[in-house]
Amino acid sequence: MRTWVRNTPAAIYLLVVLAFIYLPVVVLVLFSFQDGPLPVPPFNGPSLHWYEKMFGNERLIASLINSVVVTTFLGFLAAYGMARRTPRFAGGIRFSLMAPLTVSYLIIGIGLLITLNIVGISKSLFAVGIGHVVINLPLCFAIIYSQFGDHTRNIDDAARDLGASDFQTLLHVIAHVMKPSLFASFCLSATLSWDEFIIAFLLSRFDVTLPVIIFEMLRSGLTPEVNAAGTLVFAISVTTVIAAAITVSALTSGRKK
Amino acid sequence: MKNDILVSLKGVTKKYGNVTAADNVNLTISRGEFLVLLGPSGSGKTTILSMMGGFTVPTSGQIIIDGEDVTETPPALRPTVTVFQDYALFPHMSVLENVSFGLAMQKVPKAARYKRAEECIDTVGLTGYGDRGIHQLSGGQRQRVALARAIAVEPAVLLLDEPLGALDLKIRRQMQAELVHLQKSLGATFVHVTHDQEEAMSIADNIALINNGKVEDYGPPDRIYLRPATLFAANFMGDSNLIEGTVLNNDNNQVEVDTSFGKLTISGEAKQGSNIHILLRPEQIRIGVASNKKGVSLGEAKVREVVFQGTHKLCHAYSGKQFKSKIMFRVSPDHSVVAGDILSLHALEPDAVLLRD
Repeated sequence: MRTWVRNTPAAIYLLVVLAFIYLPVVVLVLFSFQDGPLPVPPFNGPSLHWYEKMFGNERLIASLINSVVVTTFLGFLAAYGMARRTPRFAGGIRFSLMAPLTVSYLIIGIGLLITLNIVGISKSLFAVGIGHVVINLPLCFAIIYSQFGDHTRNIDDAARDLGASDFQTLLHVIAHVMKPSLFASFCLSATLSWDEFIIAFLLSRFDVTLPVIIFEMLRSGLTPEVNAAGTLVFAISVTTVIAAAITVSALTSGRKK
Repeated sequence: MKNDILVSLKGVTKKYGNVTAADNVNLTISRGEFLVLLGPSGSGKTTILSMMGGFTVPTSGQIIIDGEDVTETPPALRPTVTVFQDYALFPHMSVLENVSFGLAMQKVPKAARYKRAEECIDTVGLTGYGDRGIHQLSGGQRQRVALARAIAVEPAVLLLDEPLGALDLKIRRQMQAELVHLQKSLGATFVHVTHDQEEAMSIADNIALINNGKVEDYGPPDRIYLRPATLFAANFMGDSNLIEGTVLNNDNNQVEVDTSFGKLTISGEAKQGSNIHILLRPEQIRIGVASNKKGVSLGEAKVREVVFQGTHKLCHAYSGKQFKSKIMFRVSPDHSVVAGDILSLHALEPDAVLLRD
C-alpha cells in the first residue's frame, strides 16, 4: 500500500511525459481516418477515404518505394562495410567516423549539394542515397563496432588461422556472427532514412521520397491525406524498430544458451 | 633419437610503445614436446604464443618453425594452429562444420573432410555430437570441439592459450590428463600457456617460466620445482620457505650463511657478504633434531595454525630467534600437532637451494 502511494506521483509523471510525446502522433493517426475535407476537430467518424486517395496517388507510392529502396540497400551496405575488421583503427579514425553525428543534417545537406554539384552529380535519388550513407554511417559503425569485441576478434583470428582468406572469413564467419548487430543497424538506418526530410528535400528533384511528398502536400493545403501519409511513415518506422528489437533479443538470447 | 628442434625463437622482442611485452626471448621446442609457458598475468606469455601463431609480429628477433623463418608469415600460412581461451568456435555452425572448417578452406572435398572431421571428433571423445549446435554444448565439450577443429588440419605445432582457464576444477584436471594423452598419442608438439603452476607441472615436458617478458627459468617441472634458478621461480612454483641471510664464508662450494635461524651451512656459490635466500619447500622440513651431518638444524618452532588438507596437514609456525620468523611445514594427516605446540625442526642439506638475490 505504501509503495503504491509512493509510486503514484511517479506514475502520473510518466503518463504526462508519454502523453506529451505520443499525443501529436495519436492526433495525426486519428485524423487520417477523418471523414471530411479537413484534419481538424471535430472528428466526423472513421473513414478510409484518404488512404484510398493516397494509394491512388501514383507519385506518392512511387516515392514510397524509392525511399524503401534507398534505405534498405544503402543501410545494408553501410552496415556491412563497417562490419569489417576495424580493431586496429586508431582512435582518430574512429572519431572521424563518428563525428558526422554531431553535424546538423542541414549543414550536411548543403555541403553535399555544393560538393555533388562540383563533382557533376545532379540532384537525384542517387544523391539522396549518398546523403543518407553520410548520416547513417556513424550509427551503423557505432552499433557494429560495439559488438565487435575480443570474442569476435578471436573468432576472426581462428578462421584466418585455419586458412580462410579475408573474403571467406567475412562471408562464412563474421557476417553470421555479427548478424544481430548487422540487422539492428540495418533497421535503424532504414528507419532514419525513411523519416529523413532535409537531405532528401535538398538533393532530390523528380523522384522524391515520401517525406518530401508530404511536405509538398502540406504546401498545397492541409488535408487528411497528409495525415494518412504521415501515419504510414510512422507505422512502417515503428514496425521496423519493433522487428529489430525482437530479432536482436531473440538472436542474442539464443547465443547465451 | 637426437633432439629434433621444431621451433626456435631467437632474441624475440615485442614492444608496445614503452612497454616491453617480450624481452629477448630465446626458446627451442623439440618435435613431440609439450612445452608450457607459465607466468603470472601480464608476464608476456600470451604475447610469446601469439608471435608463434603469427597474430603478433615481433619488434625484433626471429621465429623459425620447421626450418623456415616465419617471423612475419601470417597465421594461415604457418604450420601452427591456435586454440583460443574462449575457444572462438563459429556459433552458427554445427560441431561437424566447425571441425571441418580448416579442411574446407583447403578445398578438401566434402565427403573426405567430413570423414576426417568425424575422426577428430572421435579422438576428442565427442562421438555422436557432430550435428549438435555449439550453444548446446557445455564448456568442457566446447573445449573439445576447439581441440578437434585444431587437430583436424594436422598442424606441426598446436598453440593453446589458457585453454582450460574457463573450466571448473574437476573438468580442468580431467582435461589436463586428456591433453597429455592426446599429445602423446598424436605425437604432436604442443605449446600451452597457463598461469596455473600446478597445471603446468602436471602436463609439461618442459616449463618456460615467464616474468616481465623474460624467460626466468626453463627446464623439466621437477627441476624447476626442486631447484629453481631464481627467487621468482622459487616463489611462483608452489609454497616455499625463503630464508633470508648474509653470506659469512665461502669455501670450497660450501657457504656459511647468517640467518634468523642461526648459522646455516649449505652447498652453493655466493660472494662473501652478499644477501641470499635459502629455499626449503614445506614438505622438506622435518620434525625432530638433525641427527647426522647432512642435517640442517632449524631450531625450535611454535606452531601458530594447523590447516588440514587431506593428504597432509600444513603447519604455519614461528621459528628462529625469539620465534619471529615464519615457517611452513607439512606433517602426515594423522599427526597430533596442534596450535601452540613447540617442535624441533630440521631439513636435509641437499634439499636446501641457495638463491642469489
